[in-house]
Amino acid sequence: MSGRFRLPFDLRYDKHLVAALLAFSVVSVFVLYSASGRNLSAVGSQVARYVFAFIVMFAIAQVRPETMRRYSPHIFGIGLISLLAVLIAGEIGKGAQRWLSLGLLNVQPSELMKLAVPMVLSWWVARDGIPPRARTLAIGGVLIVVPVFMIYKQPDLGTAGMILASGLMVLFLAGISWKLIIGAIIALTAAAPMVWAHMLDYQRARVMSFLNPQSDPLGAGYHSIQSMIAVGSGGIFGKGWLDSSQAHLGYLPERTTDFVFAVFAEEFGLLGVLLLFSLYAFLIGRCMLIAYYAQDAYSRLLAGALALTFFLYFFVNIGMVTGILPVVGVPLPLISYGGSSLVTLLAGFGILMSIQTHRRIVQH
Amino acid sequence: MLNIPLKDYFRETRIYGSRLTFAAGVMVLIVVILLTRLLWLQVVHHKRYVTQALANQITPVPIPPVRGLILDRNGVVLAQNYPVYTLDIIPEQVSNMAATLKKLGKLVTLTPADLKQFQHERKNHSRFENITLRAHLTDEEAARIAINRPFLQGVDLHARLQRYYPLGSFAVHLLGYVGRITEDDLRHINTAAYRGTSFIGKLGIEQFYEKLLLGKVGVKQEETNAHGRSLGVLARTEPVAGKNLILNVDAHLQAIGENALRGERGAAIVMNPNTGSVLAFISMPNYDPNPFVDGINQKAYDALLNNPDKPLINRALNGQYSPGSTIKPFLGLGALESGEVKASDTVTCHGWFQLPGDRHRYRDWKRGGHGVMDLHDAIEQSCDVYFYTIAVKLGIDYIHDWLTKLGFGSRTGIDLDNESAGLVPSRAWRRAQGERWYIGETVVTGIGQGPLLVTPLQLVDAVSALANGKALMRPELLRAIENPVTHALSYVQPHVNKPLVLDDPRHLQAIVRAMIDVVNGPHGTARGIGWNAPYPIAGKTGTAQLMTVAQNAVYHRKDVPERLRDNALFISFAPADHPQVAVAVIVENGGHGGGEAAHIARKLMDYVILGKKDKTKASQLPVANTPKEEVTPQ
Repeated sequence: MSGRFRLPFDLRYDKHLVAALLAFSVVSVFVLYSASGRNLSAVGSQVARYVFAFIVMFAIAQVRPETMRRYSPHIFGIGLISLLAVLIAGEIGKGAQRWLSLGLLNVQPSELMKLAVPMVLSWWVARDGIPPRARTLAIGGVLIVVPVFMIYKQPDLGTAGMILASGLMVLFLAGISWKLIIGAIIALTAAAPMVWAHMLDYQRARVMSFLNPQSDPLGAGYHSIQSMIAVGSGGIFGKGWLDSSQAHLGYLPERTTDFVFAVFAEEFGLLGVLLLFSLYAFLIGRCMLIAYYAQDAYSRLLAGALALTFFLYFFVNIGMVTGILPVVGVPLPLISYGGSSLVTLLAGFGILMSIQTHRRIVQH
Repeated sequence: MLNIPLKDYFRETRIYGSRLTFAAGVMVLIVVILLTRLLWLQVVHHKRYVTQALANQITPVPIPPVRGLILDRNGVVLAQNYPVYTLDIIPEQVSNMAATLKKLGKLVTLTPADLKQFQHERKNHSRFENITLRAHLTDEEAARIAINRPFLQGVDLHARLQRYYPLGSFAVHLLGYVGRITEDDLRHINTAAYRGTSFIGKLGIEQFYEKLLLGKVGVKQEETNAHGRSLGVLARTEPVAGKNLILNVDAHLQAIGENALRGERGAAIVMNPNTGSVLAFISMPNYDPNPFVDGINQKAYDALLNNPDKPLINRALNGQYSPGSTIKPFLGLGALESGEVKASDTVTCHGWFQLPGDRHRYRDWKRGGHGVMDLHDAIEQSCDVYFYTIAVKLGIDYIHDWLTKLGFGSRTGIDLDNESAGLVPSRAWRRAQGERWYIGETVVTGIGQGPLLVTPLQLVDAVSALANGKALMRPELLRAIENPVTHALSYVQPHVNKPLVLDDPRHLQAIVRAMIDVVNGPHGTARGIGWNAPYPIAGKTGTAQLMTVAQNAVYHRKDVPERLRDNALFISFAPADHPQVAVAVIVENGGHGGGEAAHIARKLMDYVILGKKDKTKASQLPVANTPKEEVTPQ
């Protein structure tokens, strides 16, 4: 630990991650200022969220991975109970419900689950050793499917999918056999028509409009078309900061949240995109390194799953904005306007920092 | 985790390491895919998306042109435009529709029907679209909305010009009206020319001169946001106003005719025989065209449709009548021209005519007969037996050819659509129907009965040819086209349909002399209008049974049996020595042609010839209504 100030305790953090995240917070503030139509109060609340999320991240970074491992099942349990509470409240309220109101604080249990699922799976798989045995896998599967199903029921297809992915990442990193992976992919493909049959109308409309955005240009395909226009019209050099006509004239929907990348790409062009991608590459690369050098099974699985899930967020969002993936409602991590997902993300980086700074043998 | 066996630890590290490396490889692949996609969007197809982004922002908004005015020859406005305001709502921009409607209800009158219509429209339109809540706001209502607009999110006030006929039903059969563009219209118009306009000429002058009246649509390139709200105008192409049309019609003369025929069913056309200029074009009864502009309601339309007087029928244009005795001067001229009949040839009239070998008696209108008749006397006294005799002598085919030369049986080419052509029978015509011609029909054709049908337009056109002695003119309603900006006038030139070619001009003089005596002679059938006329009139009376009201077969079948009285006709021109005016009048079921029909013709001719001295003419025009009184919200 270097620094001019000596804290009364040893503050653990990873300077690479902190530097990258600070850079992201600056980019986020500038992009949101433009995307929100120079709304300073929106920018202000994003800054406040970043500050809060940083505090959470630093706090979590101080917790030993061993402690996290021990309490993983408890956290998961709390998550399940609050999900159940949300579902029941939604049932009574006759509508979609994702929030649990705890007085001043609105808690979104699905956000907690984004961390709790990889944590409990890492705990469960690590307990048995790598590669996991069949029984471990079966129970692990249940640990994934139960919360995913409950979130899907909210209904929040995007988050359910991401959580499912984060759980599967743990299993993948734990070394489940390729046969099983390929078999599962084949089975899923076969089950696709059944999934389709159980999807809600708006979900189907999104998939349909992904396959052919022009089929309903003012309805479900509208998002895709307008976002592609924004990205494409940005060109190589972009239209310049604050000059996104698509966003400022209101053509681009959800321009501060799910489609903020379209604003970025329109204003800063391909060159800006390359810079942003480099920043993501640096951040994800650092996470991958941390995962690679982690020293026990729990830390490895959790760090790896968090890194891969973060990448998946990035991929799904950019894919959606550029029209190669359906519009599923996944925000661009670290840039999009939005409270709880930012806190969750930085909490995840807190876990990674904890894993990085609590290693017993420092190799590098 | 401290007691993990070392061997397992290495195996674990190997598996985990390989999986993590694999994942890293997949990530790189995905990033390459994303970058390729971005390259595709931002570089390869950049131009296309720039175009689309601009198309998003810039909406071409049509600016409808001002429709040309229609004026009479003295500048009396017959069709004009006035601004109306409509109250529109874009539902997407209204957060609380119930509250907004309540607020609007306090500012303007909203009937339950308005609200019901609005809710209905809402269901049928997308949320982004403008829906009209109320049309025809009063100035006061429009002002109240304008003041409160900042508090009325999603509510808009639109001004547009609406067609208006200030004199109401006056001259409707001549002017026609505009109405909303229908699906039917869309099939044969250039829709680009009608952008921003929802009206099109449906009848009359409005229909015939649609292209001149319409003008050219302008366009403004408006920068809009995604809600369609205008942020500013980037470029503007001004619309070109439609041309003003100045008619030959004299509104005062038209009013004299309409008033004279009020309460009757009939038609009257006044024409300058030398040029074909139509000075009055009267068909009565008439109706108010104003409700048709915005779409007349079914009840009011049914009332017009089912009115036994059939006000919707344009009798001057589409009424096809038996000419009765008004055909006699034309046949007389034909007889002289044929060379088979001399003016001095006489026929003795005993009150009836018989074909050789046939006992059927064709009666004269005068029971005891007229005695010895030459052509002059036969026209003056309208002797039927004389014309039965010469009709048989000439034969139906000669009569057909001759009447066709005078324009009967074909359209005059007046500047109105859907003119009726009448019917001049012949043996060939009958054969085409698969039947044969009976000589008895030739006999009655001599007095303008039988299958022969003429329109008031053909009558006035043919009598004009007798008046000018030179040609059949094309009747023209339009006098001049006025450029609304420069006020430059371009006049319509007289058009000769066909010259009147005669073997001997004395034949025509003989006929005209006879027609003068119809009005002025001691035995003339129209001497009732001649004895006190300060100028010489040439005319001919006619009395005929109505055969058909034409146009729509559904009407006349119901109509004819109710009305069996004779139609009264009168054709004339004056002054007989140097004609300035020609008239054809028909009064359905009006009895004898020398009566009411002749008196109406006299009034019309008086105005044209003595007009300047007529002090009452100003009072003849109906009072122009202001739009607000006339047009009630639909």
